[in-house]
Amino acid sequence: MSSLQMPKVDNSILSKKDKIVSDIGRIINPKNVLSHPDELRPFETDGLTAYRQMPLVVVMPETVEEVSNILKYCNENKVKVVPRGAGTGLSGGSLPLEDCVLMAMGKFNKILEIDYENRCVVTQPCVTNLAITHAVQDKGFYYAPDPSSQIACSIGGNVAENSGGVHSLKYGATTNNLLGIEVVLMDGTITKFGGKAMDSEGYDFLGLMTGSEGLLGVITEVTVKILKSPEIVKAALIGFPTIEDAGNCVAEIIAEGCIPAGMEIMDKALTKATNDYSKAGYPTDAEAMMIVEFDGTEHEVEAYIEKAKQIAEKNNSSSLKVSKSNEERLKFWAGRKAAFPACGVLAPDYMCMDGSIPRGKLAEVLREITRLSKKYDLPVANAFHAGDGNLHPLIMFDANDKNSLKKCEDFGADILKYCVKVGGALTGEHGVGIEKRELMCEAFNDKDIQQQLTIKVALDPNSLLNPGKVYPILRKCAEEGRVHVHGGKTKFPDIPRF
Amino acid sequence: MEEKQNFQTSLDFNQNIFKPSTREEIVEIVKNCYKKSIPLEISGLQSKNKIGRNFQAEKTLDLSNYKGIIDYKPEELYIKVKAGTPISEIEEALKKNNQQLAFEPNDFGYLFSGKSNSGSIGGVVACNFAGSRRFKVGSVRDHLLGFQGINGKGETIKSGGTVVKNVTGYDLCKILSGSFGTLTILTEISIKVLPKPETSKTLIIKNPHVKKALDYLGQSLSSSTDPSGGVFYPDYFGKNFILNDLTHDGGLTGIRIEGPMNSVDQRIDRLSKELDLIDNEFSVLDSVQTEIFWNKTKNLEVFKNSKSNLIRIVVPISETLQVIQKLKKDDLNYFIDWGGSLIWMAFDQLNPKILSEIKGITKNHQGYYTLIKIEDDFKASADIFTIDPIKYKISEKIKKSFDPKRIFNPGKMYTGI
Repeated sequence: MSSLQMPKVDNSILSKKDKIVSDIGRIINPKNVLSHPDELRPFETDGLTAYRQMPLVVVMPETVEEVSNILKYCNENKVKVVPRGAGTGLSGGSLPLEDCVLMAMGKFNKILEIDYENRCVVTQPCVTNLAITHAVQDKGFYYAPDPSSQIACSIGGNVAENSGGVHSLKYGATTNNLLGIEVVLMDGTITKFGGKAMDSEGYDFLGLMTGSEGLLGVITEVTVKILKSPEIVKAALIGFPTIEDAGNCVAEIIAEGCIPAGMEIMDKALTKATNDYSKAGYPTDAEAMMIVEFDGTEHEVEAYIEKAKQIAEKNNSSSLKVSKSNEERLKFWAGRKAAFPACGVLAPDYMCMDGSIPRGKLAEVLREITRLSKKYDLPVANAFHAGDGNLHPLIMFDANDKNSLKKCEDFGADILKYCVKVGGALTGEHGVGIEKRELMCEAFNDKDIQQQLTIKVALDPNSLLNPGKVYPILRKCAEEGRVHVHGGKTKFPDIPRF
Repeated sequence: MEEKQNFQTSLDFNQNIFKPSTREEIVEIVKNCYKKSIPLEISGLQSKNKIGRNFQAEKTLDLSNYKGIIDYKPEELYIKVKAGTPISEIEEALKKNNQQLAFEPNDFGYLFSGKSNSGSIGGVVACNFAGSRRFKVGSVRDHLLGFQGINGKGETIKSGGTVVKNVTGYDLCKILSGSFGTLTILTEISIKVLPKPETSKTLIIKNPHVKKALDYLGQSLSSSTDPSGGVFYPDYFGKNFILNDLTHDGGLTGIRIEGPMNSVDQRIDRLSKELDLIDNEFSVLDSVQTEIFWNKTKNLEVFKNSKSNLIRIVVPISETLQVIQKLKKDDLNYFIDWGGSLIWMAFDQLNPKILSEIKGITKNHQGYYTLIKIEDDFKASADIFTIDPIKYKISEKIKKSFDPKRIFNPGKMYTGI
């Protein structure tokens, strides 16, 4: 995999390893300080497995005071710190540095309070996303953002990355479902932003911290909103003869005033691959296949499904099936959720991209991707969260062939640049991390980036917290790696990715 | 600032009020002020300019001429406008496509001048006050997709874009929302728009008791009938509503249900059963009356022409009752919005002692207050916004990172910021 420049290694820190280990061993239980290479190995990468680096030391604090004291120590001694939650992130946000203390938050794994009166859950950050829903579902509640890795990803990581999911259009991403956090700044300051009330006083630091990818503080407690589960959920599976028809259908559904809970489009290549893989009963002759889902009360859902049906027919739909039961609805989704592993069958490796585009540009962007696919001579399949404009092209290649890998990376960068060109964004939900760092100058100019860096410096003057992530070290718009899957195996093969 | 003259050209730096109509002019003004360390008051349509601390600014930057819709894509659910664009103009454009600003911006005109003035989009973002749909759709900040602005050095910066999913870099949209013009001058704003519901109705429950009202509201918000508004007006204000289907005067709880026609009727019916209401206990407002009722609410019309001071208190719903019981004296008028989480409370008289009491009570109950309207004599010395020392320190740093010479609305939120 391509090399990526990381912050300069501080040799004086490397030479003080033993002292750092023993110093931190006095701040926290020495058993929670890992320094042997065998202990460090599991932490050398996250969900972006193309990049690996052993940290200097791994620390596993158990209380907010310990987090604070470690950060204070590291700040005073100019030691870099990389925070890590569940390590499932796809953009390399918790990739260690050779001279860093990797702060693994795994011991913050308890739900602290379920408060139905205020409809919120207060939890430690390393509780998984799905565990929150599990904790409240017996009372008919759930936590709305549902990143595909929700079975394993931590809520603290969700906050750091502002994770989305397939329901973002209607329910928003993490930032819209968050009420408060407790955070420790690099100088050891412990503070709370937000709480159980809907808004809080002064500048919106909660909003600033959300999606800051571990560069501004370490999250030690999270308060999220929970919602009452909808009474009924129904989905329609619709085939279209052209991508344009599918795109027009999306635009019209939204223009008609229906906001679906989820709306997914797959192109022909992916529909076929998925259907072969999961036998989902998809219309494989269609150029585009759409799943549109509505939730709410019975009358509401019926009304919206009917409207969607009419709009689909008007836009030349070639097939249309409405789920008659929850089982059937889940079957519609089962195929979609198997889309990524299905690609793993088609080629030795695939790279998953994560761009955002205006919904109306779907046909144009897919045409460009097809053109690029021919140019680079690599097959590609496309999955699209049509509701919120989040496009995931899956580029297939062979990592054992260096030329193929390079072509894939170039192809991927071209796609993201095109997303920005049509008014979209470099990343919709995976974060910038190291993966898209060098592409930041496609979206921002020097002044924009400088303003962001000034905020970083204001809160972390020595740039010790997760340095080398998000912002380019060299202002060169180089093309670097993407989510790389070899032989159909990701770092966490059992976590669904969609 | 009354003595300041209004001049049309922004490029004559001897003037006290700049009224630019291009971004280039704004940049030039800010660069000049930065160079000479001249404090600037940022002003829009004067609808909320009285909210905030008194501060000294040598010049005023009036953005009311910097207006207009740049790009509106109904099917992409966004509108991109210049910051000085009136909310009314935006709402008019959206209406043609059956869309709306779902966060229901408050119209403070009734409160401050006795007539409607919903202000500019820049002002609405700068204040981040959302209306009754807050608990369902979020606040203004949740609808700001992207912006372009000028920082305190005169540099044009941007963040976000026009798509809903975007995690590229720090989310500066959030930190600028509710920053009262102290960090960056917004120039262009991309804001999410949403379809107007097909219809909406309101369940009005006759009830003068706040405790019972909070029970109703709590139960409704935890129900799958999915309400989009929940208010309580006690007796004093309940009498102010004159609507055909409002069959009583006095205290009332109002719960709004929106969506397709059939579904709204079904949910209203179900909600009344879930709340165990008997027939003569409630009435239902149709969509026309519903619009009137909730407009009056978002416009704070019950406080129109009131001479009292007005405080906005936000607390977790579980704390609302206690906060009201502790603060309420006979001479207080208040109503509750956001399904129980927002209290608008009027005080005939405020003094440092009362204010410090309010501060203590809201803080102890995990909330905060903002002084919205306050008598001039007391304004200079009162804490308009609350903050704790740690957040003050962080705020100072953030202020410096955007506006190093403190030229934008210095002191409007806090001394020294």
